[in-house]
Amino acid sequence: MSENEPLLSVHNMEKHFPVTAGLFRRQVGAVKAVDGISFEVFKGETLGLVGESGCGKSTTGRLVTRLLEPTGGKVVFEGQDITHLSQGKLRPLRRDMQMIFQDPYSSLNPRHTVGAIVGAPFRIQGIKTEQGIKKAVQDILELVGLNPEHYNRYPHEFSGGQRQRIGIARTLALKPKLIIADEPVSALDVSIQAQVVNLLEDLQSELDLTYVVIAHDLSVVRHISDRVAVMYLGKIVEIADRKSLYAAPMHPYTNALLSAVPVPDPKARRDRERIRLTGDVPSPLNPPPACRFHTRCWKAQEICKKVEPPLEKLADGHQVACHFPENAPVATAGAAADDAAQA
Amino acid sequence: MSFLDVKDLKIHFPTDDGLVRSVDGLTFSLERGRTLGIVGESGSGKSVTSLGILGLHKGGRAQISGEIWLDDEELVAMSAEQVRRLRGKKMAMIFQDPLSSMHPYYSVGHQIIEAYRIHHDVSKQVARKHAIDLLGRVGIPEPARRVDSYPHEFSGGMRQRAMIAMALSCDPELLIADEPTTALDVTVQAQILDLMRDLQREFNSALIIITHDLGVVAELSDDILVMYAGKCVEYGKADDIFYQPEHPYTWGLLGSMPRLDREPTERLLPIKGSPPSLINVPPGCAFHPRCPYAERTEGRASTEVPDLAPTERGHLVRCHMPRTERRALWENEIKPVLETQ
Repeated sequence: MSENEPLLSVHNMEKHFPVTAGLFRRQVGAVKAVDGISFEVFKGETLGLVGESGCGKSTTGRLVTRLLEPTGGKVVFEGQDITHLSQGKLRPLRRDMQMIFQDPYSSLNPRHTVGAIVGAPFRIQGIKTEQGIKKAVQDILELVGLNPEHYNRYPHEFSGGQRQRIGIARTLALKPKLIIADEPVSALDVSIQAQVVNLLEDLQSELDLTYVVIAHDLSVVRHISDRVAVMYLGKIVEIADRKSLYAAPMHPYTNALLSAVPVPDPKARRDRERIRLTGDVPSPLNPPPACRFHTRCWKAQEICKKVEPPLEKLADGHQVACHFPENAPVATAGAAADDAAQA
Repeated sequence: MSFLDVKDLKIHFPTDDGLVRSVDGLTFSLERGRTLGIVGESGSGKSVTSLGILGLHKGGRAQISGEIWLDDEELVAMSAEQVRRLRGKKMAMIFQDPLSSMHPYYSVGHQIIEAYRIHHDVSKQVARKHAIDLLGRVGIPEPARRVDSYPHEFSGGMRQRAMIAMALSCDPELLIADEPTTALDVTVQAQILDLMRDLQREFNSALIIITHDLGVVAELSDDILVMYAGKCVEYGKADDIFYQPEHPYTWGLLGSMPRLDREPTERLLPIKGSPPSLINVPPGCAFHPRCPYAERTEGRASTEVPDLAPTERGHLVRCHMPRTERRALWENEIKPVLETQ
């Protein structure tokens, strides 16, 4: 992690979608999809954003790329506050900030050729390339492992993994600084997933990219991220570097999430003690008061229902929002010592 | 003879573009109280197999051959009407997407009651009590009230529970779960897997779980069958498949997965290329265009379909490479790389 200025920083960002009812569309409530989250992304790193469906991770991705406008808080990109910039003023910024979408089927226009899709950013931004757009597009296709001769083909002629590569090629066209990848591999088969994960990593080191990877798959996130933020019902409950988060999670929710992941090892299942969470994630329309996890938490006490735990720094680079964190600093220090010994 | 015996099952679909060999000679068996995991990527024929066993391809354009013996009855030759009588009572299915496989206009209870009354001559009241009972068993809170809810009023996890309740309503002896947890979050997935394991123990039913997730398979299965392009490429005990796999495709699947239980590697080891189209399955071994060891078979990989041959450990592998070579590759090249992960 670099010590320099963050590329992207988010302060207390909120997105409340109004819920209206009745003849006059009176607002009767709000879905608090993202409810006051703060984080920073440094140049060259990958921040993973994990959580279950409805926790606000995709909304977060759309807010920082300003596909949605935050209802509160601040988004700062390269020192510039972009929270309320107009579409016109945002356009030049879009060169530096791109998004990879989850579904390679619906995010590519079926009536455009690959050349048109990947070349669109050049046309929209009015960029002149030395040897013409076609050459530039073919170079990018080659970079992501597609055949440059497929320039004139349509999306339906490609497999899912190849389509995802087209989506990645499009985001790379203008050499962005920050890429937000929203579930980039979840729609792909296992063997193809690995290809795309490797491609994302290669491109990062080649082009010096910064990623925010949004995913529900904890093993993919661990593989690809330097730091990981865990979200629950519109809040960040824990944010830490990859090693400490996976080795010594402090928030009970992170712990439960990790223990719920099935392990491809038949022997391990026999000796594994699993934390069973009961019930589903509550509705973000009416989230539980104070600590939002208290309804499913086995450590919850009176205070959890009354006082919201702040996101606090409990160890170096490890922030947690919990009244009763696990693996509190002593354990973390131990794990860090182990890592140091290994290195 | 086992409780379920599938012999050389073929399910082909004629289309304008050619014959789609979705399932091409599949043989396996399953006893009561045991779980078989069928693993494969999309288009490998796993779902077609499950629908075939349930007789849901009958009356369509599918060309089905082979034998399916369920408790000494042969299903392939049976009429659609005869299979329909077995469906629900003898065998049942849990579908992947409970929202689209439940009727949105009818309450959840109504749908369970309907299935139950087809097979049991009981009054609506008795059937309703049974439905409430079942919903409670699968862990739905306040079942007496929830029985009148509609599918859209349930969350994803609850819908999957209701789906399981529906499948269990007539105590089926064979339960097929097709990607039962793919649409669910991990914490809910863990609940559903626990529930399925508990219920199976209680009912002593035979369970087939179909998934692409090796983790889910490892959680539940006694035996595992790996499918590729409509064929079984490896079939054996769960421990053999995970600790002594011999097919390069199985190695590829294991190497492609990032794992939480091991230290992360620098890079994943993907399988090159993508799964073949079933209209145009590569000749010889269907996996040969993606197999890193295809040259080691003296050209047979692209001309001859390898047999599904037993190893001395008793599991079946479809590969041209000599056994000793496969074992050596696994021990010296694949396993060390996977284990440093």
